Order: sequence, then structure tokens, then C-alpha cells
Amino acid sequence: MTIVLQWLFGRLPIGWLQLTHKRGRFIAALSGVAFANVLVFVQLGIMNSMATATLKPYEFFNADIMISAPDANALAEGGNVARQWMLQALADPDVISGTGLFIAKAPLKRGDTDISLTTFGVDPGQPGFLAPLIAGDIAFLEVQHVAILDRLTRGIPRDEAAAIRPQSPFSFETQGRTLTAITTFAGGGGFGGDGYMFVSDQTFLSMFGARSSTAPNHILLRVQYGADVSAIVERLRGLISDKTLRIRSYADAAQEDLRYQQTRRPTGIIFGFGVLIGVLVGLVIVYQVLSADVADHLREYATFKAMGYGPRFFLGIIVEEALVLGILGFLPGLAVGAAILTLMGKVTTLPLAMTPGMAVTVFVGTVVFSVLSGVIATRRLAAADPADLF
Amino acid sequence: MDRNMIVDTRNMNHWFGTGEARKQVLFDINLALPRGSFTVLMGPSGSGKTTVLTLLGCLRAVQDGTVKLTGHELHGASEAELTRLRQRLGFIFQSHNLHESLTAMQNVVMGVQVRARVPDDLARKAAAVALGLVGLSDRMDYLPANLSGGQKQRVAVARALVGNPDMVFADEPTAALDKDSAADVVDLLKRLGAERGTTTLLVTHDNRILDRADRILTLEDGKIVTVQEHA
Ligand SMILES: Nc1ncnc2c1ncn2[C@@H]1O[C@H](COP(=O)(O)OP(=O)(O)OP(=O)(O)O)[C@@H](O)[C@H]1O
Ligand SMILES: [Mg+2]
Repeated sequence: MTIVLQWLFGRLPIGWLQLTHKRGRFIAALSGVAFANVLVFVQLGIMNSMATATLKPYEFFNADIMISAPDANALAEGGNVARQWMLQALADPDVISGTGLFIAKAPLKRGDTDISLTTFGVDPGQPGFLAPLIAGDIAFLEVQHVAILDRLTRGIPRDEAAAIRPQSPFSFETQGRTLTAITTFAGGGGFGGDGYMFVSDQTFLSMFGARSSTAPNHILLRVQYGADVSAIVERLRGLISDKTLRIRSYADAAQEDLRYQQTRRPTGIIFGFGVLIGVLVGLVIVYQVLSADVADHLREYATFKAMGYGPRFFLGIIVEEALVLGILGFLPGLAVGAAILTLMGKVTTLPLAMTPGMAVTVFVGTVVFSVLSGVIATRRLAAADPADLF
Repeated sequence: MDRNMIVDTRNMNHWFGTGEARKQVLFDINLALPRGSFTVLMGPSGSGKTTVLTLLGCLRAVQDGTVKLTGHELHGASEAELTRLRQRLGFIFQSHNLHESLTAMQNVVMGVQVRARVPDDLARKAAAVALGLVGLSDRMDYLPANLSGGQKQRVAVARALVGNPDMVFADEPTAALDKDSAADVVDLLKRLGAERGTTTLLVTHDNRILDRADRILTLEDGKIVTVQEHA
């Protein structure tokens, strides 16, 4: 290692030698950096999984434009939209079809576990609005009280869910109705519910008596192939008389939902803070280690100054130390972080995992912040006055 | 100004403190040291010896007078210029000379590499030679913690001399050593300095050293009171 660094710096790797001279302290410092890394990894992992989970249900549908109530910040949040606006939208020559999407949470009791299913009521006559993973089975929903169930639902054993077929259906009570799931799809539990379920709009309305067929949660539109979606959105905003409605491209709606989850929802803010705290902890640890190291070696640095070494030399030592701490602390942090995320993913069935993007981001961040704290720590070098050595 | 003089000061004055606390510690110091000479600076505690050494050694800014070192005027020189000049000097302090995380060899290499990016193998060769000259060939890979006081000061001598400096400044380098090691270190300084034509200015209270000096300056209350020349 010394030789590699020597070759890299073209001088004795004093920072490295200095750090490794006090082995106990060095290991403590590395653990500190690793700890900060783990903190950031876990928070980032949760944030990432929140993003994945938030965007997941948008993948079930195939639409170009979504019309929602003004307070519908998320897919399963906010009020309804009157169906009549869909008819106004269809007047636009580029809008080729529209459908109402109904959404509500339905509880499912399985033994002692309460499972919350985010239930989508869709028109089985319009398979074009569904993603291929569901569209193929949508015809099943023509029959009243039939459901397509999320086989990754938290609380339903995987093998049990996988066994659901038309010939071996799974019946359950919810909302005072008996539903029969005759097939499944791969959804996955998120932060808002344990899983998803598709039923026909008719079944949905029979389950949720207070809801009316004239007021779905969202209106989905599809446009002419190749048409400019944002131009149509603009036109629809002028065309539809209710100016309070949120008329957005489907992609924008998904991104706005995500932004809302990350910046407005307490959970998103807390995890964002977690990342910030991890960064701060790492910054403080590296700063502490480096400035204590500078303080410990003030007389030696003063000797180097007397010998004629200049400011760049000292900055080089500290940056070298910062790089050593950052890089060597990152590796165990990565290993432990990945292990914790995998374990948490297993326990919560959230899509938690270490991604290469996260690893690269955290690595670059660690190195940058380490060097930053190193640069701050060099201010203490001014105290090394070689005239005081005598 | 005499070109044979490596150090030449005219009316060097120095003060410490500001305002009410301002106190003059050096008064009209005039001294000239010939190239290759071995000079001992003596005097009671607080007389200003270290202050003289730090001024001539470019470790402190000159406040008043003319101070020439190897022909360069130190009065008014910038911090960067002083740093560059120091690369041509060698220093030996009373203690804390060596970097605790570096071996004897690595400490001496630091003395080689300060002036230029000397290739590592050459620097190590030079350091090995210097350590050989101070009799530490068998201790090259020892950390300072595993060396005796005398051995540490010998490493410091090797480091000060390895770059063939114009001048070596030593402030009581033997104060922490027993009689034999002290004599060893001073003999080394004197002999190796003479071989290389290095000028040495050494501050000491140690009477055992005096007979080795070419010249003995005595400082009292910030003034040079006697100059003894030896043949
Ligand atoms: N940094 C400083 N600030 C203020 N006064 C100082 C400073 N350094 C030295 N002095 C004062 O200057 C005078 C000369 O000090 P100096 O260290 O040069 O003496 P010295 O001859 O080396 O003494 P010693 O033999 O004890 O080392 C003393 O009165 C000392 O108190
Ligand atoms: Mg002194």
C-alpha cells in the first residue's frame, strides 16, 4: 500500500503512514466513516424504494393524459372527477379514447393479519388502458365479483398466491362482498398499502356503495399515435370548463406524485433528513479525525515547515488522509449497507436494494465530503509555527 | 559586504509584543560568518540566542536592519521566499526533530525531497549514505520510538546534512543527551560539515562543545558582548 501510494503521490505517503501509525484510532475512524455510509445507504435505499413503490402502480396502466381532482396529489388520494369532463376531452380530435379509473382501499382479513389492498375499478371493455401484464386477464373481470390479485401482496404467502388460478380460485370477504380472485399479477407492497387488486368498475361500485359511476378518481385518456401530448394537455386545459382540475400528461402525473411523496409527505422528508444527517455525521467524523491528527502532529509539521515544505505539501498530506479514510471507510460501509438493505427488503417486502447508482453516488459523496473536511482541518495548520520549535 | 560571508547582519534589532508590552530583545546585532565556519552562540537564558537563530534561519520575519543570508536580503522577504531559502538550510532542534510515523530512513528522505522530486530510489540511496555517515546503517528502518535520544539526534544530523545545505542551524541539539552521545553528535556535525563546506551555527550552554568551535559569540541581554576566534 505504501509503495502504491508512494508511486501515486511521487513522495512518501506521509498521510497514510501517519494514519496507520495509530492503528486503533485508524480503525475507529474507518468504522466512523463506514457507519456514516451505512446510514446514508439505508436512508437512500428507503427513499429509492419509496420512489419505486410510488411509481409502481402507474406501470399498471397505459395512458397518455390523466385528469384528476385538484387535491389528488397521489394516485390514491384526493377527490373525484366528474365523468362529464371526459366527454368534453373526447371532443378534441387527437383524443381517441377515455376511461374512468376508480381507486379505494379494501381490507382483507386473513387469520390475524389485516391486509390493505389498493383496489382499482376499471372498465373491462377497455383493455387498451391497461399494461400488458394485466390487459390479458382483464376479460375475467366481466364477471361480477371477480378480482385479479397482486401475488406479491404483503401478508399473503407467496406459494398460496402463486396457486391462484381459474381452476383453483381464492375467495375472500371484503367490503361486505365475497370476491373471487381467479388470477394474479406481480404488483408489490408499497408504503401506502400491502398490495393491489383489480376489479371491474361494476364490482367496485357494488363494494363501495357511496361511490357513483359518474365520478371516478381519475380520468385516463389516450391520444392519437404520434400526437404531441403536451400540446393536447394545453388544449384540454382551455377546453374543459372546470379550471380547477389537474390535467397532466400521464408521465408528469407520476413524477409529480413522486415529488409529492419525497418533499411533502413526512416519511419522504424524514428519509431525506436521514441522508443529510448521514452526510453530516460523516463530515464531522472525518473532520474530527483529521483535525485531531493535525493537532497531534503540529510539532512535526512545524519541523517540515522549517525544512522548507510549503502549504501545498501540507494540503497534500491532509487530502491524502481524507482520501484514505473516505475510500477505505466506504468499502465496509457498502458491504454492511447492502446487507442491511437486503435484510430489510426481505422483512418488509419493500423493493429495497443496493443499486450501482447509489453505490457510485455515495462513493463520490464520501470522497468529496472527506476531502472537504480535510481542507477545513488544514486551517489548524496555521498554528504550526516553526519558530516555536526552538 | 564581504562575499565570503554566508551570514552578514548590520544593525539587526528585534522586538516582541505590541503596544505597552513591546519589548526589544535584540540590539544592533552585527555579525558575519565565513563560509564553512563552525560558530557557537552562547549566553544566559533569555539573552536572545534562539531569536537570532530563528531570524537568520528564515523562520521569523526580520523587523529592522540588514540581514543577508547567502547573498539574499531577508529583511522584507515574502513568506514564500523564506520558505524557498529554508530549503537550502538544515535544522536540528533540541527534540521533536523526527516524525514519529516515519522510519529513520523515511525521515532522512524527507530532507532529500524537499528541494526537488528526487526519484525515490536515489533519495533512499542518499539517505542510506547519510545514515551510514552518522553510524546508523543498522537502524535505518527503525521508528523514532525505538531509537535512543542520541540516535534520534544523529538521524536529525543526517537529515539536516543529506541535502548538502548551505548552512545548518542547531539550537541546543545536545541538551537532552548524555555526555558521550552529546560529544558524538557535535563531532559528527563538525566533521561532516567541514567535509562538505557547510557553515554551522550552534546554540549551546554546553561547555564541552566550546573547544570544537572556530568562533564563539556570547550574547547578553540582546547584545553581542564577546567574539572569540580560534585558530
Ligand atoms: N514569541 C515570543 N514572544 C514574546 N517574547 C519572546 C518570544 N520569544 C522569546 N521572547 C523573549 O525574548 C527574549 C529572548 O528569548 P530567546 O528565546 O531568544 O532567548 P534564549 O537566549 O534562546 O534563551 P534560552 O537559553 O532560555 O533558550 C526573552 O526575554 C524571551 O522572553
Ligand atoms: Mg533558546
